[in-house]
Amino acid sequence: MKLSSEERAMLDGTHSKAVQKAMEILNTLGTIYGAEKMIPVVSVQIAGVSYANLGEAGLQFLSEMADGGGKARVLTTLNPAGMDIENWQALGIDPEFAANQERVIDAFARMGVVTTCSCTPYLFGNVPHFGEHIAWAESSAVCYANSVLGARTNREGGPSALAAALTGRTPAYGFHLHESRAPKVTVVVEADVNENHEFGALGKAIGQKLEAGGKKAVPYIQGVSNASVENLKSFCASIATYGGTALFHMPGITPEAERYAPPPESFSISQAEVEAALDEMNDAEESEVDFVSLGCPHLSIKEIARIAELLEGKQVKKEFWITTARPTKHISDRMGYTAVIEASGAKFATDTCCVVAPISGRFNALATDSAKACYYAYAKNKFKTRLLPFDEVVGEALR
Amino acid sequence: MKFQGRKIYQGQAEAEALVTTMGISFYGGVDPDTGMVVERGHELEGQSVSGKVLVFPSGKGSTVGSYTLYRLKHNGLAPSAIVNAECETITAVGCIISEIPCVDQVPIGEIANGVCLRVDGELGTVEIAE
Repeated sequence: MKLSSEERAMLDGTHSKAVQKAMEILNTLGTIYGAEKMIPVVSVQIAGVSYANLGEAGLQFLSEMADGGGKARVLTTLNPAGMDIENWQALGIDPEFAANQERVIDAFARMGVVTTCSCTPYLFGNVPHFGEHIAWAESSAVCYANSVLGARTNREGGPSALAAALTGRTPAYGFHLHESRAPKVTVVVEADVNENHEFGALGKAIGQKLEAGGKKAVPYIQGVSNASVENLKSFCASIATYGGTALFHMPGITPEAERYAPPPESFSISQAEVEAALDEMNDAEESEVDFVSLGCPHLSIKEIARIAELLEGKQVKKEFWITTARPTKHISDRMGYTAVIEASGAKFATDTCCVVAPISGRFNALATDSAKACYYAYAKNKFKTRLLPFDEVVGEALR
Repeated sequence: MKFQGRKIYQGQAEAEALVTTMGISFYGGVDPDTGMVVERGHELEGQSVSGKVLVFPSGKGSTVGSYTLYRLKHNGLAPSAIVNAECETITAVGCIISEIPCVDQVPIGEIANGVCLRVDGELGTVEIAE
């Protein structure tokens, strides 16, 4: 690793204890992955925000970095927290957990991190453009930034993303380098996918096939002719969860695809395989569903408008969480969507989601349109799942 | 016998080796409050990593695992050192923030479970003490 004089000073502790620790992390990662130098980043997204994952020691680490003079040098936003910061009581969150979660948010705020607490920073204000180098954690946002926006990031963890924030640097390896971004395998989609849950099932089918082949290969995905922002955020979350994929190319949809020809090695995904993936995420009976959630990844304002339209004048019969980011919630408030949705008995769970909130074992079965939410519902929270079209998820809450 | 590996994080330790041929996911796989390996079906399931030189091929799983190592350290339950065949991000970052000596690129197949190991993170060496 060749360090500039400023980077060397950071490593030597000339700046602060926190910056030194941050540069130690980056220097070591650079060495492990054979990076030749550091590169400047313009944006950071930090994961590891829920107190449920951090615990007391994780919080202590963040506090030490804040006390040690750590300050974000570039725009830095946060992943979802374990609760709605302003309205946690309504979600049944334990007061002790809430106090600890607030200490986590406070530590980040002291370091100048923008505490939006969302997995979709690309929907509001943290939006890198084509070719920019960034350091993002949150696997779904990494996949979206690399693939859909054409920005460049590796899959960072919480501490390495924080280290990038405090130094404004990341080691130049992996997806920062042009040659690592070339597709290695062609995926021919022979299935009809239109809605979020179908894109999620497609992401699972492709992701698992890539995993099974032992290939962390960048896929070149043919056969998808149309996809909305909402479809793509669902697809990114799923292929990242089930396949560890950080970058894909989709001709006609993602910006770097036209640079490449389809690689000769290929596999196809049939309609039956997408349907099998859907079936695997539908292990709950309709009668078992006692929890309904939309917003994994966090809902766009377009999706919230649709929920309000479907819930107008009706009453939900089940616990129904609408999970989104604070800026999106503010627009929802102004448009009157929030009033309509809350009048139905559905609850906004802003800043958080059904994946990171401490709700393990609290429900029997979740209805959602998100393949990623299904994975964590099962693995982390021990819920059965029903993966349905968006409108039918709302219908499930009303039933 | 002495192996020359690669420095991941500085510091010295001498302790009993706890060796596995399986990858370790610290998040979900090791209990930060007891130091026990809790991953179902893991070779080391039910054994404590505390105070040992933990020898395994490579880390796996969620990046939150770095914080699990940090929690172990603060609970006084961390391994004394870590030796990998090939260190990855989660373990490396965990060792740096927790200040656990760590060396990789060592032929871990030649290290028997239970032997006493001397690890020098700065020099990147791992020695089987006689």
